Amino acid sequence: MAIWLTKDSRVVVQGMTGSEGSKHTRRMLAAGTTIVGGVTPGKGGQEVEFDGVRVPVFNDVAGAMAATGADVTVVFVPPKFARAAVVEAIDAGIDLAVVITEGIPVHDTTAFWAHNVAKGQPTRIIGPNCPGIVSPGASNAGIIPADITGPGRIGLVSKSGTLTYQMMYELRDIGFSTCVGIGGDPVIGTTHIDALAAFQEDPDTDAIVMIGEIGGDAEERAAEFVRANVTKPVVGYIAGFTAPPGKTMGHAGAIISGSSGTAEAKKVALEAAGVTVGTTPTETARLMRDVMLSAR
Amino acid sequence: MDLYEYQGRALFAKHGLPVLPGGVARTPEEARAIAADIDGDLVVKAQVKVGGRGKAGGVKFAADADEAAARAGEILGMDIKGHTVSAVMLTASAAIAEEYYLSYLLDRAERTFLCIASVAGGMDIEQVAAETPEKVAKVAIDANTGVDEATAREIAAAAKFPGHVADQVADIVLGLWRAFVAEDATLVEVNPLALTTDGRVLCLDAKVTLDENAAFRHPDHEEMVDRSAVDPLEQRAKEKDLNYVKLDHGSVGVVGNGAGLVMSTLDVVASAGAAYGGVRPANFLDIGGGASAAVMANGLEIVLSDPAVRSVFVNVFGGITACDEVAGGIVHALDLLTQRGETLDKPLVVRLDGNNAAQGRAILDRAANPLVERVDTMDGAAERAAELAARGN
Repeated sequence: MAIWLTKDSRVVVQGMTGSEGSKHTRRMLAAGTTIVGGVTPGKGGQEVEFDGVRVPVFNDVAGAMAATGADVTVVFVPPKFARAAVVEAIDAGIDLAVVITEGIPVHDTTAFWAHNVAKGQPTRIIGPNCPGIVSPGASNAGIIPADITGPGRIGLVSKSGTLTYQMMYELRDIGFSTCVGIGGDPVIGTTHIDALAAFQEDPDTDAIVMIGEIGGDAEERAAEFVRANVTKPVVGYIAGFTAPPGKTMGHAGAIISGSSGTAEAKKVALEAAGVTVGTTPTETARLMRDVMLSAR
Repeated sequence: MDLYEYQGRALFAKHGLPVLPGGVARTPEEARAIAADIDGDLVVKAQVKVGGRGKAGGVKFAADADEAAARAGEILGMDIKGHTVSAVMLTASAAIAEEYYLSYLLDRAERTFLCIASVAGGMDIEQVAAETPEKVAKVAIDANTGVDEATAREIAAAAKFPGHVADQVADIVLGLWRAFVAEDATLVEVNPLALTTDGRVLCLDAKVTLDENAAFRHPDHEEMVDRSAVDPLEQRAKEKDLNYVKLDHGSVGVVGNGAGLVMSTLDVVASAGAAYGGVRPANFLDIGGGASAAVMANGLEIVLSDPAVRSVFVNVFGGITACDEVAGGIVHALDLLTQRGETLDKPLVVRLDGNNAAQGRAILDRAANPLVERVDTMDGAAERAAELAARGN
């Protein structure tokens, strides 16, 4: 088992006919993901072939779900059209929308989030500006390279894509239940807390790595959640101790505003909640390795 | 993007919010010309993107155009907390009876917008909220339903604005929301929102942050970028679509793929550099999770052209990108820079790991560039780059 994405997940790709969408659809298929369709308005009825697999294209998410039983969508739609694409997925009532698109205006993200809330949250949204979610050996929805590691019993939640890959690689001999990249935007649909809660409940996850970075107070809130609710071991890592205030460090959400959002404050909060925090990604991996080996 | 006050004021005026007449000047002569069109007393305010300018002497009063020019001359060129003043804003001076506060901002944690309103304005609102929370109204705003006249009145009432200003305040609450949405702002703040002795409510300051991700629907926002304040290397990087931030007091150039990994690389360099007399990273440069050879070449060119850089740490984890492509990119980039006539004399420490790492490392070894040193762990490579920067060759 895993969280949110399993071998039974049936995935459609919004924006599959675009260059990023098609490149990563091919990779997801190669990783064993059950891709049942693509969605591109105006191209419904066409088919796209990926290494011998023919994938039908639908005009909208609702049509794709009706025809294929899809329960997951991966969104590669460009920023300009992303809001409409996610609203459409929510209106269709899909369970999970993984929004890879980088550069969506925050008013648009806030709008589709409010739409989801107003509808009673039919859809779990991961991202935007995220690498997606992979349950190694079962399914891969997004752009995380699937062959880094195999299945195992570590859960991983991270704002950063490459730090996710790095951590998967360092612990590849132990393996992961699910790795979730929640994204680096200021407003995201799935938070550290959501993932921590799901990993705590997941019988196939024994311990959790949580990677954060400067900006906002999601890590501080997550620390409080861990203290109150998480009994599984949690190892943490925070990036951005060297970042100057007021500068956006790559991710739109990675910015220290005044004195809030610093790496130091996040580290202190996590440690106060009993989370062991590594000083480098490699040390963090070693800490998790110790946790997993001592449990054997 | 944070705007200067004069730019924020212009946006407010564009959306019909009440501001005082005025203009922006970059010389005393310009200041005199603007002041000549304004009746009565004037205020001359330094335009800097940092708080505390009043205490630093960056806000002065003037009785007429001549005095305004003189005050502008004093303020222009002033250093306020490391920011050199290159422009002043001149406005009419208002006789203030009360100072209020109003803002809209993004509430990241609640994933919604927030209106903050208070009758205790003119000071740091966070301090007011901490000391006298009952004086600060915080109202969550649904992004889709927004603010209408009824909501605006509710906000004015929640903040306990007195009845005689309630209509004016509600109009401003509504107008400011419209400006916030129309301009794709993540912050619009009026502090103070002032009641004048003649009974008008006016926006006397304007703090605005615009969402750069929304630039595609605001072609006019581009002209609000202050090129003179942008670091020349950051400007060049931006023209090449690179995500680059120049850092002060650093000597290790950093190139990596993925924002999180690069932030982490800076930290690891600073941590390793502590043992070498405080060697620090010179920049943030993210060439992206799926970076090509050409992007690597552009990135190396920017970092190597920084005179503060004494060594470079290329830190790549091959995820979507394969390490052999990156290694090829590094070799190709160095050739390209040599062909362009650049003098290459700064050592590069390269760490490649992940997808096709062995092939990538072999490519670097075969190229045998004496400037390139391969270290296969991130922590070890950071240490080596710091050591080379400290040695200064």
